[in-house]
Amino acid sequence: MQKNGKIEKVSIIVSRGSLDGVYPGLIMANGARMEGIEATLFFTFFGLEAIMKKRMKKLKVATVGNPGMHMPSLLGILPGMSAFATMMMKREMEKLDIPPVDEFIEMIHDAGAKLYACKASVDMFHLKKEDFCEQVEDIINVGTFYELSAGAQIIFT
Amino acid sequence: MAFDLKQVKLDADGFLADPNAWTEELAKAFAIEEGIPNLTERHWQVINFMRQEYKQKAEVPTIRRLKNAGGIPTKELYELFPNGPAKKAARIAGLPKPQGCV
Repeated sequence: MQKNGKIEKVSIIVSRGSLDGVYPGLIMANGARMEGIEATLFFTFFGLEAIMKKRMKKLKVATVGNPGMHMPSLLGILPGMSAFATMMMKREMEKLDIPPVDEFIEMIHDAGAKLYACKASVDMFHLKKEDFCEQVEDIINVGTFYELSAGAQIIFT
Repeated sequence: MAFDLKQVKLDADGFLADPNAWTEELAKAFAIEEGIPNLTERHWQVINFMRQEYKQKAEVPTIRRLKNAGGIPTKELYELFPNGPAKKAARIAGLPKPQGCV
């Protein structure tokens, strides 16, 4: 797993489908590749939204049940609140040169990371391989995920 | 004869302390240290673009910036500078270690 204390491989699980739920995993995967660390991404449950052709460009910030918003959930349910928070976050991200989800997925893939969709979630949501962007390597079960993660640090987001 | 890196001042991260002290010979010496024995035309394109951006913005460009403004596809960047392209290219280009997360 480690040579001279250096991390050589990571497996990152993305389990949430909001914009704020998806980015940390993507930034960590991209950052790993930037450091020459092997990276595998496993999208599960609502995390699948990040790699779905029809959904990946439309992810929103979760304004309800999110204490970090410093906003009562009652306000979070107001129409336009999530759209507003999403716009603000995207604007700040752009300033830092952090790409939108679809471009980020493409960059991470081009950087050599491998992307997988979780089979149980795919079956649960009645999805097919065609529903996912071309960067997705395969739909795999949890056993295969562990096989692919041999020697890796596993990070759940 | 290869340039001796001991002759130049490096910062704590091993990057060139003064970007203005950079020369092409120095770039070649850094590249050898980074495991790139031969800098091709495409390597120079990355290096020159990074230096030009740094001169204008005083910031090391991100991989995304290299792709979108510099015309260097991410895949190719990783092939040109294996195992840590942003850092390696910045070091060879005589710039400080990149500070951003992307």
